[in-house]
Amino acid sequence: MKYVIIGNGIASIGAIEGIRKVDTENEILVIGSEDSPAYGRPLISYLLAGKIGPDRLALRPQEFYKKSNVTLKLGTTVSGIDTKAKTVSTDKGETLDYENLLIATGGIPFTPPIPGSDGSDVYNFTNLAHAQVLISKAKEIKRAVVIGGGLIGLKAGESLFDRGVDVTILELSPRILSLAFDENAAALAGGRLEEVGLNVRCGVSAKEIQRDADGNLKGVHLTDGDFLQTDVVVIAIGVVPNYNLAKDAGIAVDRGIKVNDHMVTDADGVFAAGDVAQAKDLLFGDDRVIPIWTNAYNQGFCAGKNMAGADIEFTGSLAMNSISFYGLPTISVGTVNPPEGDDSFEIATTLDEKKKSYRKLVFQNDHLVGYVLVGDIDMAGMYTAFVKFQMAVPEDAKKQLLAGEPDVLMWPDDFFQETWNPETQS
Amino acid sequence: MLFQPVNKNYHEFCIDRDKDLCINCKVCVRQCSYEAHYWDDSRQKVMHDNTKCIGCHRCEALCPTAALNIRNKPSDFRTHNLWRPVFLQNIYKQADTGGVLLAGMGSPVDIPVYWDKMLLDASQVTNPSIDPLREPMELKTFLGAKPRKVEITTDKKGKPKLKTKLTPQLELDVPIMFAAMSFGAINFNLHTAMARAATETGTAYNTGEGGLHKSLYKYGKNTIVQVASGRFGVHLDYLKAGAGIEIKVGQGAKPGIGGHLPGEKINDKVSETRMVPIGSDAISPAPHHDIYSIEDLLQLIYALKEASEYKVPISVKIAAVHNVAAIASGIVRAGADIVTIDGMRGGTGAAPAMIRDNVGIPIELALAQVDQRLRDEGIRNKASIVAAGGIRCSGDVVKAIALGADAVYIGTSTLIAVGCTICGRCYTGKCPWGIATNDPKLSKRQNPDIAAKKLANLIRAWGHEIEEMLGGMGLNSIESLRGNRDKLRGVGISDTELDILGIKHAGR
Amino acid sequence: MKRVYPDKEYCIGCHLCELACMTAHSKSQDLIVAYREERSKDGLSPCKKVYEKGDTCVAISCRHCDEPSCVAACISGGLHKDPESGRTVYDREKCVGCWSCLMACPYGAIRRHPTEGKIVKCDLCEGREDGPACVAACPNLALKFEER
Repeated sequence: MKYVIIGNGIASIGAIEGIRKVDTENEILVIGSEDSPAYGRPLISYLLAGKIGPDRLALRPQEFYKKSNVTLKLGTTVSGIDTKAKTVSTDKGETLDYENLLIATGGIPFTPPIPGSDGSDVYNFTNLAHAQVLISKAKEIKRAVVIGGGLIGLKAGESLFDRGVDVTILELSPRILSLAFDENAAALAGGRLEEVGLNVRCGVSAKEIQRDADGNLKGVHLTDGDFLQTDVVVIAIGVVPNYNLAKDAGIAVDRGIKVNDHMVTDADGVFAAGDVAQAKDLLFGDDRVIPIWTNAYNQGFCAGKNMAGADIEFTGSLAMNSISFYGLPTISVGTVNPPEGDDSFEIATTLDEKKKSYRKLVFQNDHLVGYVLVGDIDMAGMYTAFVKFQMAVPEDAKKQLLAGEPDVLMWPDDFFQETWNPETQS
Repeated sequence: MLFQPVNKNYHEFCIDRDKDLCINCKVCVRQCSYEAHYWDDSRQKVMHDNTKCIGCHRCEALCPTAALNIRNKPSDFRTHNLWRPVFLQNIYKQADTGGVLLAGMGSPVDIPVYWDKMLLDASQVTNPSIDPLREPMELKTFLGAKPRKVEITTDKKGKPKLKTKLTPQLELDVPIMFAAMSFGAINFNLHTAMARAATETGTAYNTGEGGLHKSLYKYGKNTIVQVASGRFGVHLDYLKAGAGIEIKVGQGAKPGIGGHLPGEKINDKVSETRMVPIGSDAISPAPHHDIYSIEDLLQLIYALKEASEYKVPISVKIAAVHNVAAIASGIVRAGADIVTIDGMRGGTGAAPAMIRDNVGIPIELALAQVDQRLRDEGIRNKASIVAAGGIRCSGDVVKAIALGADAVYIGTSTLIAVGCTICGRCYTGKCPWGIATNDPKLSKRQNPDIAAKKLANLIRAWGHEIEEMLGGMGLNSIESLRGNRDKLRGVGISDTELDILGIKHAGR
Repeated sequence: MKRVYPDKEYCIGCHLCELACMTAHSKSQDLIVAYREERSKDGLSPCKKVYEKGDTCVAISCRHCDEPSCVAACISGGLHKDPESGRTVYDREKCVGCWSCLMACPYGAIRRHPTEGKIVKCDLCEGREDGPACVAACPNLALKFEER
């Protein structure tokens, strides 16, 4: 089999679309351990919140796999990779050979060792199965505690709240979304959540999960001494790369599976992409695991093209998050919290607490390297252009950016022409 | 509208806005360069100030719901055949400003338009008409001196060949050229369009006195470069770039005076092409300061012939004034290959209104007299005559040729083809059609791709109509029409006028 | 694949393209009703936006990129590439209004719908007989619909 992909998430879809850009003939085999067609993982919070039904989960229409000449092996987990024989073995006892292999196994929830977490009524929230459990549970329970004030935790909390559950979210750092937000943005977002009725407590975490003599969940002891009575606990601290398959096969791993700028691991014909991979970061230039939806697709796409024989360099991962809190939209891209005391960074902020509107721009050496928008998000794409294309921002352009009016006419002339009005190819 | 000078209300135009159709989309606000339309923030709608409207119709043309209509607002002073309203309004203006009244485009005065008083012949029964769809029609015209007679010899193989050496000729596929309008008075996009349209239709355009930009040198085979009294942009490469060189002695709209391009209209491209500093006024003096007699003109003509190595014909352009026939005769004897006569109806970017409306004579009369005088003196073959100054349609072209012209220049018609509505405010530099302005925001309203197509269409359309009229007269070649006064009859004009035009009255 | 290419040399900033776009996507197909009523009632807005800077202006809409950033960012599969027509297709039904595409598109071609939690993006006037409405409305050939 010319192309074998382990994993049926967005990186896998990206890889299929990448391969098909170059090679429309050879068959692709996708092995997915979940039993459903590829679904949008971020959608599970919408599902849990009751905003969408299960019919809207699929990422691509039914015909997609057939049209793309892809064979799906669902409900099958790969148990091992033999990089010398170039085969993979599955839990159904099969051994399948490959010419090009993509490991797109994603991330698994990070479960910290909290005493009392073993047992019933403690859940993760990273896949469809978790969502389905919580949906049925939500009917019975009154209270929930969510450990983790990052993206997953906040979304889990909101979704349960929308199902009528009283929710408290615990976050260890001084603010929610500590990576994607700074204090101002976190304050605005947190404020909105409080307005709606969610409880968010920062600077605390769970010390111990209290159970009664029969092992039933009673509540959570916090690090600041408080005790929260609760019916379920959702552990949503984050995901870590699911790289054991690679590690066991002897493929080099660090924080994730190490790949070069063509998404190739150190094993011949083996690629990695998505939340499991450690790849080039656009802004920092070094290799990082950036478990962001868009990056997973882009890495998969790049890997796919290279698997089919193209020679495409990966442009680099870019952190980007778009999260709405009960009607308050927020967008965060790139470097939002530059290191203190580093003079090469310049920060400009505009905050309107009454209108719940915030704009933070982070410059480094005359380039825009990150921004946060709360409320007025309409110009986000224009800011992304400056970060993504790494366009220099001369003084007069900077004024416009600071005023919240970036536009396409600020681009250097030849880049503009090349992008929007290229010469006729013929 | 408060605290305005009293006579501010005597404006010419009114904007009618249909309230049912106006959606306050602000297209008119953006298009009007005179700011007659504006957005009223407190009323949250588009309002307009009639005193600022100069009747260019740009807003009307672009309004997406056709909600606008521009109409006359004649100030109804007491009817008076002597003191017509325009005279009162002009005196009010001058009393306020103390300035010279400026005017743009050709003179609108009510003196006879002889084109409308001449009629063409058609063949009936004898000398049958020719069908231009079946027979070839020759519109080709050569401008330049023609020899008195032609001698033919044979070459070694016995094939005939021309013995007489011909002076340089400018070959036109159709006897209509784009008139001289300087780069500076109109913008660069239009020059590009004229160059392209002239090339496509096999005719020529005249650079006017603003010089020729390097990027247009490639159209040189269809360009006539002009040497005017300011000598703007004149250098050796310029002279060698064109297929003809024209010495501009005068202009029909403003005979006897020079030209003035205000410093504000001079940007870097104009500056580079004219060879003047940015922002300084470009003034063309009234006479050429090296032409004070006909002998001086002869010297300049031959200097240019030397510089261009006798490869191209030299034209001299004069305004049509009282003794135009004698002047033309002198010019031909001075060695010009082409004489261009510009009648008093010719257009201009800016001229004092008094001169534009009161100086010069109509082209029809001038043309007839020049042609007749040259014939009488036996020198008609020594130069081609090109007529200009208010040629509005192919009918006028045919009549001009019948009166004796070899070809015509069209200036105003060219601008109308790309949108001009003859509002006559060219001197403000705010032309909303993007024609008579170098303001980059406005001049891009003339896309050379669109303009070139329109101009080529105009030439083609007129060419076809000329073929139809020729065929109708039983002629298959423009040569047979040239100076053929018998094809014209006058109607409703006096014996003197008939005599000057050299035509009979209809019925005779 | 034919795309709409804007020419900033000859865009005169008249905004007629925006009006034409709005009309083409309106229920009434009538500019006056679309502008006066559908804009405020239904939040009808054009897919195209004219940007101005000094004397220069240009009208921008979705480029239907070969490798779109918006498709990569979409969490619901609402945006995808149609292999036959080559267009970047927006499926309104699948959209959950997360604004990831708006964040990801570096060409500013995606905007929020004023009233519903959905996006507004050019669809190249699919189904319109004479092709894109903006191209037809431009008085100065500043928008060209062609293959390059």
